[in-house]
Amino acid sequence: MIAELGHAALWLAAALAALQMASGFLALRAAEGSEIAALVRPSAIVQGALASFSFAMLLWLFAVTDLSVKLVAANSHSLKPLVFKLSGTWGNHEGSMLLWVTVMSLAGALIALIERRLPDRTMNATLGAQGLVALGFYAFLILSSNPFERLPVPAPEGLGLNPLLQDIGLAFHPPTLYMGYVGLSVAFSFAVGALLTRQVTPDFASAMRPWVLGAWVFLTLGIVAGSYWAYYELGWGGWWFWDPVENASLMPWLAATALLHSTSVLASRDALRVWTIMLGVVAFSMSMVGTFLVRSGILTSVHAFAVDPERGTFILILLGLFIGGALLLFALRANTISEGQRFNATSREGALVFNNVMLSAILAIVLLGTLYPLLTEAFDVRVSVGPPYFNPVGAIFAVPMFAIMAIGPLLRWRQDRVERIRPELSLFAALVLVALIGFGIVANVAILPLLGLALGIGLAVASFLPLRGRSLKRVPLATWGMVVAHFGIAVALLGMASESAFSREKLAAIEPGQTTQVGPWSVTLSDVVPVAGPNWTALEGRLSASYDGSEPVALTPQSRRFWAPPQQTTESALSTRWNGQLYAVIGDRSPDGRWQLRLWWKPFVTLIWYGGLLVALGGALALVGRVITDVRRRRIAARIVERRSDREALA
Amino acid sequence: MMRFIFVALALLFAPPLAAQDTMPPAPFAYRQLDDPAQEAAAQELMETLRCLKCQSQSIADSDAPMAGDMRHQVRIRIAAGEAPEDVRAWLTSRYGDYVSYKPEVSAVTWPLFAIPGLLIILAGAVLFGRLRKRSA
Repeated sequence: MIAELGHAALWLAAALAALQMASGFLALRAAEGSEIAALVRPSAIVQGALASFSFAMLLWLFAVTDLSVKLVAANSHSLKPLVFKLSGTWGNHEGSMLLWVTVMSLAGALIALIERRLPDRTMNATLGAQGLVALGFYAFLILSSNPFERLPVPAPEGLGLNPLLQDIGLAFHPPTLYMGYVGLSVAFSFAVGALLTRQVTPDFASAMRPWVLGAWVFLTLGIVAGSYWAYYELGWGGWWFWDPVENASLMPWLAATALLHSTSVLASRDALRVWTIMLGVVAFSMSMVGTFLVRSGILTSVHAFAVDPERGTFILILLGLFIGGALLLFALRANTISEGQRFNATSREGALVFNNVMLSAILAIVLLGTLYPLLTEAFDVRVSVGPPYFNPVGAIFAVPMFAIMAIGPLLRWRQDRVERIRPELSLFAALVLVALIGFGIVANVAILPLLGLALGIGLAVASFLPLRGRSLKRVPLATWGMVVAHFGIAVALLGMASESAFSREKLAAIEPGQTTQVGPWSVTLSDVVPVAGPNWTALEGRLSASYDGSEPVALTPQSRRFWAPPQQTTESALSTRWNGQLYAVIGDRSPDGRWQLRLWWKPFVTLIWYGGLLVALGGALALVGRVITDVRRRRIAARIVERRSDREALA
Repeated sequence: MMRFIFVALALLFAPPLAAQDTMPPAPFAYRQLDDPAQEAAAQELMETLRCLKCQSQSIADSDAPMAGDMRHQVRIRIAAGEAPEDVRAWLTSRYGDYVSYKPEVSAVTWPLFAIPGLLIILAGAVLFGRLRKRSA
């Protein structure tokens, strides 16, 4: 009964998406004050409620492990802890697509409820576009991946969830990323709506900006969580491998970063109109490309567990329809939208344009490197594109981008002179040079980490320079957001460079009681004991690790054996200090009775994720700042209207 | 040095064994070379070689038996004094270009190198077009 209720709600939600689309677009053509427009907002809100209901039903099915439902039987197990039963809801293809449409319809409902700034026609067109995109995904879900399908005969027991995914970090990684993807779908709908009504205005940018910011914050968090998960769960200490699935989340982030900056220029300077629209289309296209890559099973990678070519074709058709349609509309309308305000090359807009071009180029490189092996594979030639390609080629564009990022915020809008910011410029250049010489000649660091260290140090200082000479109490929250986010990028960059330049690795085979060294640490294996969890058993190494002769800390890496499905995983043990992390993994026992230990000392590696979190925090600060300003402005506008009516009443 | 050549020779003449998961891993699958410089070179190379049995993992970060065997091969060859790029060439001649994460310029892969070049020109053109005409 629960499954049927969920299924019915899904169909109804799809019908409402169709209604939302039809009424949105019809209202666009209807005369002013037509009644059809009254349908748009309510249908978006009801659609959101129905989709949430449907998703709640699926959550319920997973919570009670209803084994008569095919999806539950294939992905869950009665012995799993409750939190992983729940996260199993979206740990599979059908459930994650249902989560996607649920988040998307909730976003639609939220715009319908609160967005009052835009002209009604643009609003209707936006919601119509949102309905169209949602309808495509409902069709995909209902026709090719129904999560509520029943089994003819209930299964005696579920097949279980991949043990690698039974981890709290990964439980919340997909929902976070999806919120980002879906936030970009809202930006896409805004862009399409504005193109349809030709109203690409600062108001439009202000209305779109919170969505882009929110999407960007979630994407950032999703990427940080995914990277940290790969780092500690896969057991080899790697945090980014340019894996196609990682790239699938990075590409929308790069596009969203460019879109965010471009939207800011449009909102405050009324420039870069066409550019903003274009990026809005590109950002959501990248989300769809990412979904296609991950969900179609076209890749063979650690993350992609779904394999079904039929679905791939469906997503590809959706992708073609939405992106192709949007680009066609763009091509037809772009020439009727003027570029907006002009600006000088040496201005904040100039720097933003430069960095948007760099971000777009990096995006193109990542897209090329991700799709090219798939292309050659279609012609039966298999090539691999990995870090040795992405790192140097990406750096061609990333290095100038970081330099401009350091000085761009110091420039004035519209027109400025380099001479005015000469002291700041010299400080940045001096820091970078000193770091280059210091790390390059003294520490003999390789070229890419060297550039990362130097630019990271320069940028870390430069990101605070926009605050110089200002009263800190009066700096707007959004500016703080920018400072924090830019500083976060510098911190993450330093972490990446330091991990790459200074990591120490030790593979040791030792007996209990013996000690080994890695970097400044000495690690003693005291014992290996068997332990058991709810659905696994493990061998646990008892290590005591001492940093440079100080008080030893206990570490307990495990080698876990899950029995549903049968799979072995390594649970790394980490010891975090302010200046880095010790990473320990226990492997197999060799025939002579010694245990395999894999140890890494990774100086400042944690900065990568702290930096990422700072970036997200910066985004959140900017978002809160913008919303507060907006609410205040609305209140003032309401008061003005009130006073005017008072005055009229008096007169 | 002699020790490694000896190990390499011993392995060369060792009777072929069926690769089974139950077999103990090859000696240098989980053992570092004694010379830190050689180990660093081997490590750098291993990070850019694909584990063919895994999904998107390098042989430097996989527990698969085959990755262990390949690590062993890489380490003993580096220890025997081979240059990393020679080891890579040897592996690609055996397993195809797919094994190396570092694409080489070839009839198949040239767009990977031509397109970034075009992007530089394109980015330059876009910036020139957007930023120059305004300065007047």
